[in-house]
Amino acid sequence: MSEKQYQVIKGEVKERIDRWIAQYPEDQRQSAVMPALRIVQEVNGGYLTRELMDEVADYLGMPPIAVYEVATFYSMYEHKPVGRYKICMCTNISCMLRDADDLVAYLQEKLGVGIGEVTPDGKFSIKKVECLGACGEAPVAMIGKEYYGNLTRERLDELLDSLE
Amino acid sequence: MADIPLNECCYRLNHLDQSWDIDVYMANGGYEVWKKVLAGEITPQEIIDEVKTSNIRGRGGAGFPTGLKWSFMNRHAPGPKYILCNSDEGEPGTFKDRDILRYNPHQLVEGMMIAGYVIGASAGYNYIRGEFWQPYKRFDNAVKQAYEAGLLGKNILGSGWDFDLYTHLGAGAYICGEETALIESIEGKKGQPRFKPPFPASYGLYGKPTTINNTETLASIPMILAKGGKWFADLGVPGAGGTKIYAVSGHVEKPGNYEVRMGTPFKDLLALAGGVWKGRKLKAVIPGGSSTAVLPAEKAMAMNMDYDSIAKAGSFLGAGSVIIMDETTDMVKALERLTWFYYEESCGQCTPCREGTGWMYRVVHRIRTGKGRPEDIEMLKDVSGKIMGRVICGLGDAASIPVASFLEHFEPEFRHYIEHGCSIYDRA
Ligand SMILES: Cc1cc2nc3c(=O)[nH]c(=O)nc-3n(C[C@H](O)[C@H](O)[C@H](O)COP(=O)(O)O)c2cc1C
Ligand code: SF4
Ligand code: FES
Repeated sequence: MSEKQYQVIKGEVKERIDRWIAQYPEDQRQSAVMPALRIVQEVNGGYLTRELMDEVADYLGMPPIAVYEVATFYSMYEHKPVGRYKICMCTNISCMLRDADDLVAYLQEKLGVGIGEVTPDGKFSIKKVECLGACGEAPVAMIGKEYYGNLTRERLDELLDSLE
Repeated sequence: MADIPLNECCYRLNHLDQSWDIDVYMANGGYEVWKKVLAGEITPQEIIDEVKTSNIRGRGGAGFPTGLKWSFMNRHAPGPKYILCNSDEGEPGTFKDRDILRYNPHQLVEGMMIAGYVIGASAGYNYIRGEFWQPYKRFDNAVKQAYEAGLLGKNILGSGWDFDLYTHLGAGAYICGEETALIESIEGKKGQPRFKPPFPASYGLYGKPTTINNTETLASIPMILAKGGKWFADLGVPGAGGTKIYAVSGHVEKPGNYEVRMGTPFKDLLALAGGVWKGRKLKAVIPGGSSTAVLPAEKAMAMNMDYDSIAKAGSFLGAGSVIIMDETTDMVKALERLTWFYYEESCGQCTPCREGTGWMYRVVHRIRTGKGRPEDIEMLKDVSGKIMGRVICGLGDAASIPVASFLEHFEPEFRHYIEHGCSIYDRA
């Protein structure tokens, strides 16, 4: 069988996806669609494109529509550019009770962008998210793979300053 | 406040340095049960009996007896079977499983191994919500260490038994915590719940017999078998054994996870969490996560943290996620946020849930923004009543319960908004 040439699913990216594929039964490659989308999104700067989804579909032997369905169902997949730091602010009940709404308003004012927008330098974007499962540290934000809890305006200032 | 014993089960190692490391776990009795199981010193039936004796009820929210659930599986049926762990932890107010994954992942690994053995499953997946990257790394590392120690894999410790353990990472969808949606998600699809029956025990992951349990449930198993079902049962109350992790959040001085005995008085738990913050008075409590009914302070202060007592107070223990609201809380605003959550997270398959959650949000929203109409209260009651029991999965009910209970206990606040366009706390 000749090796198909992919734009993104090659080299290290392919190896990472293949490790996920290996943990499902052989005839269940599509089980790796979620990790595959996560990985290609990550190497593409944080969002998916039609081409990327098509490539995942082809690689896993799925109809493209099945991949689009998954990619639009789960909230961690993005379909337009995000900041290098996507600030996901929890606004659900326990965070709301500890003033998350004020932080979201403050962030928008500080960065000069609205929810879902990217700062002109491409560094930050803001997203409101549902409960992050860390309500004991409310209010909580997720940036990249990290959680930041017990946030206040001051701590947000320090945090944003500390990000390269 | 009496002396309250803490951290007797899932969190028993959390205070130790590197508690997530296999050496620490093994130095504290870890994997001893697993070795006994593999050596044939305790049979699958004996394990099920012990789990039944322990009176443990599922910690994921529904409270189904675990021993009974396991007995539905025929371990000798030919073909693959699966054990799944539900670490999706998405119910607002819930953050207990995260600390098992972070601080005691080996106890969960051991629990999954034992459960797999009992039901005859040679593979297991732990479904961890996608946002839990750091907890996932801890769990994943624990799995690697267990393989290196020869406790997982093929022909484990020469027993002839094979067991492989994997992780599946979610990608942001509360509904994937529902067990059949979770299965669909592992199969690489949208997380849309399946009709039941068939139940997962006969038709689960990839159509094979499957058992699903919550993280806290499975992490309790090694302790139940190490110390005996009776030990566990005696920690709790007659209807429900053991310790329970209560995740306390909202308006308290010391929010956090508290693993205490089932049946601990609510007021003691509140005191453990430092009491209501800023010296304020308690107004309301959601005792089991956002899907359980809100209770006014008096009822909460009189109840104990177990299924029966909370049910008598008019709510449900759920996942044990205790959300505390002080005397300044705007209940209309709180409900607005919750209705938005269910509207956002409905998977959309059933019309009453898809449409009803949107209706409920829009009506509460218009009340909160001063545009409510007198008939809105009846409309909310009507819509919430029409979702319950008419949908495929528990999310529909979960969306209705907050609406019904906020109105039951705090209707005057909604009326005030409708009449004055603002909350009872706003001074015009
Ligand atoms: C909408 C919805 C969300 C749920 N989310 C979770 C969850 O995050 N974690 C969990 O363990 N159970 C969750 N459940 C309950 C599961 O369907 C299932 O009952 C549970 O995982 C079984 O494990 P247990 O018997 O050990 O509690 C949810 C149920 C519904 C209806
Ligand atoms: S009740 Fe709601 S979430 Fe559950 S299956 Fe129906 S539409 Fe989906
Ligand atoms: S409500 Fe914000 S982390 Fe749970």
